[in-house]
Amino acid sequence: MIEKNNLKGWLYLLPAFLFLCVFMIYPLIDVFVYSFEEGYNSASQTYFGVGLYNYSYVLHDTYFLQAVKNTFILVIITVPVSTLLALFISLGLSSIRPLKELFETIYFLPYVTNTLAVGLVFMILFKKTAYTDGMVNLLIQAFGGHSVDFIDGPYWAKMFVLCFYTIWVVLPFKILILTSALASVNQTYYNAARVDGTSRARIFRKITLPMISPMIFYLVITGFIGAFKAYSDAVALFGTDLNAAEMNTIVGYVYDMLYGNSGGYPSYASAAAIILFTIVLTITCINLLVSKKHVYY
Amino acid sequence: MKIVLEHLTKRFPNRNKKVREDVIAVNDFSFEIPDGRLIGLLGPSGCGKSTALNLISGLLKPSEGKIFFGEDDVTNLPAENRGVGLVFQNYALYPHLTVKQNIQFPLENLKGKDKLSKEEMNRRVLEAAKLVQIEMLMDRKPSELSGGQQQRVAIARALVKMPKVLLLDEPLSNLDARLRLQTREELRRIQCETKITTVFVTHDQEEAMSISDMIIVMKEGVIQQIGKPQEVYDNPANLFVAKFLGTPPINVFRGQVKDHTLYIGKDAIFKAGNVPDQEVWVGVRPEGFILNENGALHCNLNRIEVMGRDVSVVSTKDESENATIRSIISAENSVDTGSLVVSFDLKPNKVFLFHKDTQERIPYTGS
Repeated sequence: MIEKNNLKGWLYLLPAFLFLCVFMIYPLIDVFVYSFEEGYNSASQTYFGVGLYNYSYVLHDTYFLQAVKNTFILVIITVPVSTLLALFISLGLSSIRPLKELFETIYFLPYVTNTLAVGLVFMILFKKTAYTDGMVNLLIQAFGGHSVDFIDGPYWAKMFVLCFYTIWVVLPFKILILTSALASVNQTYYNAARVDGTSRARIFRKITLPMISPMIFYLVITGFIGAFKAYSDAVALFGTDLNAAEMNTIVGYVYDMLYGNSGGYPSYASAAAIILFTIVLTITCINLLVSKKHVYY
Repeated sequence: MKIVLEHLTKRFPNRNKKVREDVIAVNDFSFEIPDGRLIGLLGPSGCGKSTALNLISGLLKPSEGKIFFGEDDVTNLPAENRGVGLVFQNYALYPHLTVKQNIQFPLENLKGKDKLSKEEMNRRVLEAAKLVQIEMLMDRKPSELSGGQQQRVAIARALVKMPKVLLLDEPLSNLDARLRLQTREELRRIQCETKITTVFVTHDQEEAMSISDMIIVMKEGVIQQIGKPQEVYDNPANLFVAKFLGTPPINVFRGQVKDHTLYIGKDAIFKAGNVPDQEVWVGVRPEGFILNENGALHCNLNRIEVMGRDVSVVSTKDESENATIRSIISAENSVDTGSLVVSFDLKPNKVFLFHKDTQERIPYTGS
């Protein structure tokens, strides 16, 4: 009986499995193969030789190194900041009563707004033009500071805008997940803790946090993966020539190698993609190891 | 420590916004719980028992009235500072902590001069665990425990901080029948050993009767009667209390008093001395029937249920409020099962008269 069910189970899995094979696993293997084929040409299906040359080229390409640096800064800043921020906001949201729905809607709005539209808003906020210095600069000047060109200016200013923008975009989803996680914690645990004279800080640390830890962990993992794959955010802010703006990301580099101005190098793109894959895999494994200790299911 | 409630009232705003009237969950509670006693707060679901308990614990603020622990007014003291032990209906054990960590949790909250050393903490935890006999389960998680074991952990967690008052909210309702019987004995033992003033809420009258020093019967937020279990059983203040206590439940008849004699239908039962003529409810405990061929009360015999020690005679009568009349007689009596009619005499001390409208008890001098 169990054997029979097993067969049925596999049968049900087959369609999804076939799709995955054709559109995920096969391309993945293909990319892996390309990354070792020197000067592969997709039109003529030819290449010069097999070796590590592509990796060597990519790893010595200053644009790639810049992209790796940008991506890492982006990941290291935005993932913790956005998760913590989302946690604080959801704690706030779950402790207020009046106008709760209204605030929840407001905080969720960025999620349903188009990335490029939000990018446009950020341009208006930060970009210096012939007519105006932009909202933020006007504010800085009002407080007696010097205006900075956030879009075409110094590296740190551009990185600041990119991080700010990324956090802004990913925040709503995290808030949504965390508010529902907080709401699902049984009220009696809090009552029990209160009766036992537990301070609020301790309730948060010892009860709330462990109870929602699976959700936080989920957000951190998906946050890491998402941030490593960042690309559209940078495009929305700095346009398509990211290398010139020093704001390229690894995915952006892959894209440029395939289709950009310097495009037409699928071998380099494949090598870069495999490097990215390795990085994400490593980080996720580390995350999983850490979570075993700190996440309660 | 004794607990005194003075005119305690709790109102909740009505969910239905069209109805302006508040829901009164607890209505004008006034009573005193003597030090070191076990009190059963008893009533049907939704009568405000848990609300009353939460008021005592401080998790809810009363709308009116005062609460005293000993001589101290704790009405405005938040739950954190009242120092009560509370066992929740679903136990509320922290699922991510082990049994030991759960029991230790309240101790770790102590600050300042009350702060305990590690050894002292371990000692207290072990002591509490031993009291409820779970010292071999210390490293398990709550999900790895049975319902009864979880309940013990919850009690240990409530006791470990040595509260002056222990509150239990339907502590046995999640246990199966056998475990419930065993655990309630256990509860009684622990209470006797610790001498902590204990209030426990239940809807199970048998549970309340069996272990309480005193029971408080509630209905719709109003106290119906307070007293020792046997007293309340023997002297119910009104029809509700009489119906609520006792298994099998009391038999209720429509009767009347005419010329100082109690009638059920056409049957003249006995003289009810001082009671003026009126229609009444007649409550007869199942053990209040005496089988007698020439008895005053005639019923239509339905069937006999033999339960070893006792025989339960099931019969019907037009004047009965219950679908069937259940009377318990000693098994030594033989009942003619072929007969259609069965007759009883009634024991006056097991027969209660209640006012037709107010359902209050009418005292009488029977014979």
